[in-house]
Amino acid sequence: MNLIEIISKPWPWYVAGPLIGLTVPALLLLGNKTFGISSSLRHACAACVPANIPFFKYDWKKEIWNMFFVAGVLVGGFLAVSLIPSAEPIAVNPALQAELATYGIENYGSLVPTEVFSWSNLFTLQGFLMMVVGGFLVGFGTRYAGGCTSGHAIMGLSNLQWPSLVATISFMVGGFIMANLILPFILAL
Amino acid sequence: MNTNFIEVQADKDFEKRAQDAVCVNESHLSHPWWYNLKYLAVGIIFGIVFVKAEIISWFRIQEMFRLQSLHMYGVIGSAVVVGIISVYLIKRFQAKTIYGEKIEIHDKKFNWGNVYGGLIFGLGWAVTGACPGPLYAQIGAGAGVIVVTLLSAIAGTWVYGYFREKLPH
Repeated sequence: MNLIEIISKPWPWYVAGPLIGLTVPALLLLGNKTFGISSSLRHACAACVPANIPFFKYDWKKEIWNMFFVAGVLVGGFLAVSLIPSAEPIAVNPALQAELATYGIENYGSLVPTEVFSWSNLFTLQGFLMMVVGGFLVGFGTRYAGGCTSGHAIMGLSNLQWPSLVATISFMVGGFIMANLILPFILAL
Repeated sequence: MNTNFIEVQADKDFEKRAQDAVCVNESHLSHPWWYNLKYLAVGIIFGIVFVKAEIISWFRIQEMFRLQSLHMYGVIGSAVVVGIISVYLIKRFQAKTIYGEKIEIHDKKFNWGNVYGGLIFGLGWAVTGACPGPLYAQIGAGAGVIVVTLLSAIAGTWVYGYFREKLPH
């Protein structure tokens, strides 16, 4: 098996996790930057619609590195699917497959279920709740919490910050509530 | 006297920015714009890992929140272990940046937003199957409609900024 074949297969957690962990020292050593991605959403607000809100009145150009970083994430996503795509659809736990099948979700060829996340579904109640309201909760919640999975769960915990542990636990609690108690009703719409 | 005053001002300024949880780490060096390309490079590697380890898959996030797979716990857990060791080594050996600047990592201060905001973000995470990083990677990977989710996330951030003073922290 050649190298391209090997890296085309899904990467196991023990490869991906350490690589993500190494982002922390990489950004610190390259320029004293603390890892965090949700900040980019705030910089977008500060750059485009500051509207005289104090929270957005700062020199976002000093944080431009963050925009380069997220642009890189986007480009990386493109390169991964175009240069080293996986041959097989994603292998999902049979219990989840059975549950999703009851909502008509059966396409595992994409990163997101195309039955739900599509332009044609955007203007249905389900699509609106999942894409528009979901995105809103992500943006509102991360900023309210002062960071997201990268800023709190990875960077904050790496620096042994207990507020980040509190935030990470809160993320998980919110996720468990949504996935198990609320999402089934939305998917059934 | 004068320097003292400036220091106090800088301190207050730092407090304010620290509460905002971003913008506390600005470099004191000014470089031409293309110095930022190295962050683009780190981002590209990061984005490739996101896709190849299926971290940006909506299905993997559903498995995580239903305790049907250990994949995501392994990813986050091992990332944190590597991060803790790295930060420890950087502090222990007082490592400097490649430009010779002292590396500073500021402590995070607790406020109740960590809890309230965290819960709200968790709800959104399980619906969209993405935290902010994966949103960018999903768009790059060809899920064009996620642009709507990203714009909505930016709108959510803006609305938070608008109501910030009125929200409990």
